[in-house]
Amino acid sequence: MATQEEFEPVIGLEVHAQLSTNSKIFCGCKASYGEPPNSLTCPVCLGLPGALPVLNKQAVEFAMRMVLAVGGTIQKRSAFARKNYFYPDLPKGYQISQYDRPLGEGGEIRYRLQDGEERVCRLIRIHIEEDAGKSLHPEHGENFTRVDFNRCGTPLLEIVSGAEMQSPEEAYNYLISLKQILQYLDICSGDMEKGQLRCDANVSVRPVGQKEFSTRTEVKNMNSFKGVQRALRFEIDRQVKLLKSGEEVQQATLLWDEKRQAAQVMRSKEESHDYRYFPEPDLVNLVISDDWIERTRQCLPEMPVARATRFVNQYGIREYDAEVLTDSKSLADYFEEVMAHFDDGQVAANWIQTELLGFLRESGQDINECPFKPQQLADLLARVTSGELSGKIAKSVFADMARTGQDAAVIIRERGLTQISDESMLLAIVEKVLSANQKNVEQYRAGKTGLLNSFIGQVMKATDGQANPHLVSQLLKRKLEE
Amino acid sequence: MPLSKEQVKHVARLARLKLSLKETEEYTRELTTILNYIDQLKSVNTEEVPAWNQSATMENVFREDEIRLSLPREKVLGNAANRDDEYFHVPRVIGR
Ligand SMILES: [Zn+2]
Repeated sequence: MATQEEFEPVIGLEVHAQLSTNSKIFCGCKASYGEPPNSLTCPVCLGLPGALPVLNKQAVEFAMRMVLAVGGTIQKRSAFARKNYFYPDLPKGYQISQYDRPLGEGGEIRYRLQDGEERVCRLIRIHIEEDAGKSLHPEHGENFTRVDFNRCGTPLLEIVSGAEMQSPEEAYNYLISLKQILQYLDICSGDMEKGQLRCDANVSVRPVGQKEFSTRTEVKNMNSFKGVQRALRFEIDRQVKLLKSGEEVQQATLLWDEKRQAAQVMRSKEESHDYRYFPEPDLVNLVISDDWIERTRQCLPEMPVARATRFVNQYGIREYDAEVLTDSKSLADYFEEVMAHFDDGQVAANWIQTELLGFLRESGQDINECPFKPQQLADLLARVTSGELSGKIAKSVFADMARTGQDAAVIIRERGLTQISDESMLLAIVEKVLSANQKNVEQYRAGKTGLLNSFIGQVMKATDGQANPHLVSQLLKRKLEE
Repeated sequence: MPLSKEQVKHVARLARLKLSLKETEEYTRELTTILNYIDQLKSVNTEEVPAWNQSATMENVFREDEIRLSLPREKVLGNAANRDDEYFHVPRVIGR
């Protein structure tokens, strides 16, 4: 691409993650989505006069987990501040946030590019703040906006990266990795389409080789990971075009329009916000002891990379498979539950990746919506390794399990699918096949042992594929060598 | 430190206040007096005093993550100037 030859983009991301606490950050209202509008509010989150906020301890612990998981430093003493601005979805006229004393500083996010290369992006800060309400766009012809305050005061984690990423693809993979960490820590569901994860991007472009940053713009309103990638590509192209035609990039905030695949300038520098931050007088300082940090560190769950390494060692599966299986926490949990009832890791890994993931992809379901339990899959797999079911039949049983959620045993019984391992029964069929093929039998005995497969094929055909192929082969050899 | 009229106008705009010319002059004078008082405080030698952001001696006041009953919607919407059965109504805003 022409843009890459003379200019390089510099990207920094600001991510807001909704913390999955039960209640809001400063009051006891339920932190929940999809409830009737304005049914989850109280004097505190509505900012009524005299109401006092009290900090939710769980929100602090969730934030601490994140700071520790990315290798950041938890500040011994952090404080809350008011960020003042007027907007209809902000009833208090200010947002309680953290400013000069954030909870966490530093840390890094590791992510992989498409070609497998690993990159590291440093983080500047991680802090806690409250969310605003939601305004609904006016219907056609209406001259008012509807406001729902249910989301007001739900806890958010703001994660600010350094301006270190150099392409929209890097930003995309950074977000994928960030989401994976949040989900592993069990502190955010991470669905960007549902607004549980939101991302604003700072973008500038500079001539290759230039050390200083150029004027940057902020791009907002992306609601998917791919949307972030597209918005960044658009904005980088726009800036490069301006610079190439000798114009300057103006500092501004742009809104991404997914339908039009374009970003529009929302406000320029002159009208940009002046938030007049000051210390929140209604909240005392947050002091975190070494002991508290240590306890939180010890409760951190195993993170994806460590878990993949353990999978390789403990279950003897291939490294690549371990990476696929640990991609999401729920998939890794599923695999481990299968392994609690089954002993061949690689077989389980293969089935989960091809059959299970294939089925989920086709049906558009999530692993959490899988119609059968890990133990049921383990039971099916045990029937394959024991020789009771051939691989082919097992796959058809799997398809029925996926459709109905029934146990393999029930499906096998109802469809009469049990593999025939009864020696006397198979022997009769073997003898029949051999006597019908006298010529081939003579050739085999004369040394053309490759014919064995054709005998096996005929026995399998005569049993509708239900014969145990291993046993068939043994019986044939025994008869032929008599 | 004298405050300029422009600065007063800026702060007024941020607070969504419309000031008349006379008011602007009045506030410029009043706010300047306040800032002068702050300057006076600044002249105290605080070298030996650690910087601090609040006077409260308490720290770490928490609540457990427990759900409490919210207000009934009819009460919440009760004092709104403009509303329907579910929502507050405000002058039309463009999405941000
Ligand atoms: Zn509330």
